[in-house]
Amino acid sequence: MPDYTRAWHFDPYHQGLRHARRHDPGPQASDTEWQDWEVFQQDVRGEHHHHVGALHAPDAETALLLAKENFARRGACANLWVVAARNVYATAYEDADIFQHTTDKLYREPAGFQGLRQAKIHGAAAAARASDDDAMGARAEPDAAAEHAEVDA
Amino acid sequence: MSADAVEARRALAEAAGMGVPGPYDALSALPQALREGVDALLLAFADDAMLQGHRDAEWTGLGPILEEDIAFSSMAQDELGHAQVLYRLRHEHLGAPDPDAQAFLRDAAAWRNARLVELPRGDFAFALVRRALFDLAKAVQYDALRQSPVRELAVAATKLRQEKKYHLLHDRAFVTRLGRATAASHDRLQAALEAAFPAACDLFEPSDGLAALAAAKLVPGADVLRSVWLAAVCQLADDAGLNVPAADPAALGGRRGDHTEHLEPLLAAMQGMFRSDPEATW
Repeated sequence: MPDYTRAWHFDPYHQGLRHARRHDPGPQASDTEWQDWEVFQQDVRGEHHHHVGALHAPDAETALLLAKENFARRGACANLWVVAARNVYATAYEDADIFQHTTDKLYREPAGFQGLRQAKIHGAAAAARASDDDAMGARAEPDAAAEHAEVDA
Repeated sequence: MSADAVEARRALAEAAGMGVPGPYDALSALPQALREGVDALLLAFADDAMLQGHRDAEWTGLGPILEEDIAFSSMAQDELGHAQVLYRLRHEHLGAPDPDAQAFLRDAAAWRNARLVELPRGDFAFALVRRALFDLAKAVQYDALRQSPVRELAVAATKLRQEKKYHLLHDRAFVTRLGRATAASHDRLQAALEAAFPAACDLFEPSDGLAALAAAKLVPGADVLRSVWLAAVCQLADDAGLNVPAADPAALGGRRGDHTEHLEPLLAAMQGMFRSDPEATW
């Protein structure tokens, strides 16, 4: 059972933003301390941005300028994003068990759906074979049946 | 900024009457006198970039903050790359020795860089202001050079000018912020500008034979470029709350080989490794 008496609990329905904000210590930066920025890079226009690292900068514009030399000076880059690290909200590692599947959820996976469909065909064919020698059923996609066995294993 | 740059390029081309195809469309088509002028110009620009790159590389590991240390070092490498392109042009088309020999086997008297780039590292305010003055100058000079009818010059200048875009963005971001941040940061930038600006005027001191090149419409004259640069410097200083000091034109000399006492120790540090075994391969 999750422990609801903890000071803060990840709430999957509204991302716990309200709770998270209540415990957000606020901007850490002072006059001499720059903020943390998370940097996301897009290699080719149209592709998604991916996280490449973090850096310190006093503001967004400077963060973009520094990100260019710190992360995009070697490989291809079409575009950079920077996000103030304090605007990133995260789940707690102690709640990582919410990501675990304890029952069979094969149907949620792209390959899993196909596996289930083949299982149905396979099962129907086996039933047919058992009742009478239906040659059509026995020849029904032996490769797919093998694939299903593999997925099951 | 890009609109300004377009406007500046248009003004430059108009002032110089360039951009019109003429008989001098390649280095090989130039008469000997003009080839020598181009050679002197390329040497001056290459030496500027080489020493700016070396001085800025002295900040590697010492930058005020890790991210800026990396950015500054990366821009220093850009300059060394620019120097290589320009030395290589001299090597491939104008009979100069290979780029390594030009950079590492020449004594102080043979260098034609502006005095600005040989001045010691100083504090980071000085490094930043020097970089800003240098980048604005190089943007103007490369803009002019890429209008040249001599295609090798135009191609090289286009390549080098492209990297100046980031350098200018970087310089402006830091100079305007620090100029207006605190009294201490403002005063340090102002002191740096007063120290660097007179030597920066050297960047537009004509190299040998530049007047003949300008007369042949291969490049604009130094005065035209200097005034475009000065306007850009004043604009940046204004935006940063800094005052551009008066400069004494008589203090020029770098393009004639008349250098400060700082050049020899710089060359000793920069060339020592190479000279210890010039035949070594890396």
